[in-house]
Amino acid sequence: MAEVSLENLSKSFGDTIGVDNVTMTIPDGAFFVLLGPTGAGKTTTLRLIAGLEKPDQGDVRINGESVLDVSPAHRDVTMVFQQYSLYPHLSVRDNLTFPLRSPLLKTPQAEIDRKIKEIAEVLHIEHKLDNKATELSGGEMQRVAIGRALVRDPNIYLMDEPLSSLDAKLRSELRVELKRIHKNLGATLLYVTHDQIEAMSMATHIGVLQEGKLVQLGSPREIYANPNSQYVAERLGSPRINILPADLFGSAPKGAKTIGLRPEHIMLGSGIEGHVNRVEHLGDHTRLQISLAGYDLVAVMDPHNPVNQGDTLHISPKNQFYFDAKGIRIS
Amino acid sequence: MAEIIIENLQKDYGDFTAVQSSSFKVNDGEFFMLLGPSGCGKTTTMRMIAGLEMPTSGQIYIDGVDVSGKPAAERDIAFVFQMFALYPHLNVRNNIIYPLKSEGMPRAKIKEKLAEVSKILGIEDILNRPVGGLSGGDRQRVALGRAIVRDPKAFLMDEPLGALDVEFRERMAQELRALHDRMNATTVYVTHDQLEAMQMGDKIVVMNHGVIEQFGAPQIIYDKPATMFVADFIGSPSMNFLRFAGKVTPNDTSVLLGDHTVQVPRQLEAYEGDLVLGIRPEHILLSENSAYRAEVLATEYLGTNQIITLNTANGQIKARISSEQSVNAGETVGLEFSSSRITLFEEQSEKAILSELNEGVLENG
Repeated sequence: MAEVSLENLSKSFGDTIGVDNVTMTIPDGAFFVLLGPTGAGKTTTLRLIAGLEKPDQGDVRINGESVLDVSPAHRDVTMVFQQYSLYPHLSVRDNLTFPLRSPLLKTPQAEIDRKIKEIAEVLHIEHKLDNKATELSGGEMQRVAIGRALVRDPNIYLMDEPLSSLDAKLRSELRVELKRIHKNLGATLLYVTHDQIEAMSMATHIGVLQEGKLVQLGSPREIYANPNSQYVAERLGSPRINILPADLFGSAPKGAKTIGLRPEHIMLGSGIEGHVNRVEHLGDHTRLQISLAGYDLVAVMDPHNPVNQGDTLHISPKNQFYFDAKGIRIS
Repeated sequence: MAEIIIENLQKDYGDFTAVQSSSFKVNDGEFFMLLGPSGCGKTTTMRMIAGLEMPTSGQIYIDGVDVSGKPAAERDIAFVFQMFALYPHLNVRNNIIYPLKSEGMPRAKIKEKLAEVSKILGIEDILNRPVGGLSGGDRQRVALGRAIVRDPKAFLMDEPLGALDVEFRERMAQELRALHDRMNATTVYVTHDQLEAMQMGDKIVVMNHGVIEQFGAPQIIYDKPATMFVADFIGSPSMNFLRFAGKVTPNDTSVLLGDHTVQVPRQLEAYEGDLVLGIRPEHILLSENSAYRAEVLATEYLGTNQIITLNTANGQIKARISSEQSVNAGETVGLEFSSSRITLFEEQSEKAILSELNEGVLENG
């Protein structure tokens, strides 16, 4: 059981702001994803929780108790890094066992064997247990690194882009696995990524970071369907949301500067005239690149729609968002 | 402008066959993708078209002329390796005109070509800059400029976007394709990324172990795969394979999957034995009325739709359904298949069985 709460947490590195006055609670058992581009403060937040950095101000609490004076080893937290950090001279089995041999834990051998077997099965590395770590492929090494975090059974897992070095197929497989593992463990997991698919498909909660600030927190559905700013709207969804002048399709609410229109919310049939520059058949859906009154937009359609390159279409928006000059959502 | 015809092209390295008796045709002006996993022979095929490798047997025709024995320099083809291969000590202008200078083109003509190319690429204002300080996108434009300036008959590109991060790659892919649409030069493009192939290509050749598995327009390959390899390699998540033992006779419009009858496109071939029913994730629907039951193992929210992983009597499968449908891990649901979209395969040969759906397409395999 572990709930992590951050209170007015800030951390700068010289003139660079890492984390800027972040307050949030990661509920017990959550799969909490911190989402943002490079430099948004995701990794710094993670390192502050792990105890690898000291905050300039604010507090980190685990189950209500401040852990600022607790060393990383005693925080009941385990971290998986982006680059697999394995002991190259040890076998996979010994790499996995290593954390259990810690004098702090005193794990019995039978328990170690049982755990290694279980973890190896989950991560599909049973047949590689006696290989040296250096004999593995990149994907296998990263699975061992994740495995090494799992064997320790901590209450809190911190993961820093653990899938980013893997190929697409393995990544999608491990997304499902990680989610399943998390559910079985019931542990609290804080996961940092800039990959919106990972965020949407795995998270119970997403916190969106912008220049060190937490700008929105909610379930993936809430964040996707109800973003509070243009910045948040642009973080989720592929292809990215179209941002156009607010009055392009007719009258806009007072103060609106732009309209945000997701590619799947472009209706054909009536409205403004647009020209189809290109049709991309991607199999399960088709993308249209459309120019309209001098602006480019992308629309997503069913695969077997009759639209061709060079066609003229009439377009109207659905479920659109309006943003003011600062990019803040106008409701 | 060029049409490229490949006929029974073969490349052996000792005992190892890198490319096995391949034939396909690249039409003039086409953006043509060679797609497959690493080691499938796609790069070797391209290097033979370029003249960097000589085929063991078979022919390559460019505009009707057999160039199989000709050296690379006489083929009038521009090969763009990694796009970032620029001369670091030269500025943008000199990087672009280098090929023209080295072939001794008159200065006035060079100037004219440079103006034309830099306009196409939108790099007129950076011509005097050293290439060292350029952004990734500009470096790529310069590398392209150096290829375009020679006015080759065709462009060959080997994973030019491979090293870029996702977002930038998508933008560059779009830019490359738009450039192609302006110039209409025949382009052969090697990639292992199926999405890139679908997105950019007019036609795709799918290769595996040195063999061409299928070629055709992206949507046709996606809808009507000739082999299980193609079905699995194209699309994400891949096509689902439900394995069963059974029998197909011509004119059948259903098969027996265990004790469950599934409607399929009208079959045109006979086969009995181990069969595979192939269906794409978006062609599986949840239906309370269906007797074909499955356990939901996982759900992945993706915005407008969600991927659900299901355990069925015929193995684990994935379905893509609307996010508005409420479904949770642990539930048992009924499944329905969009019958007209099903492809049956012979498990042993991994080849598609001929049906109304794929009739006329499979000979491209």
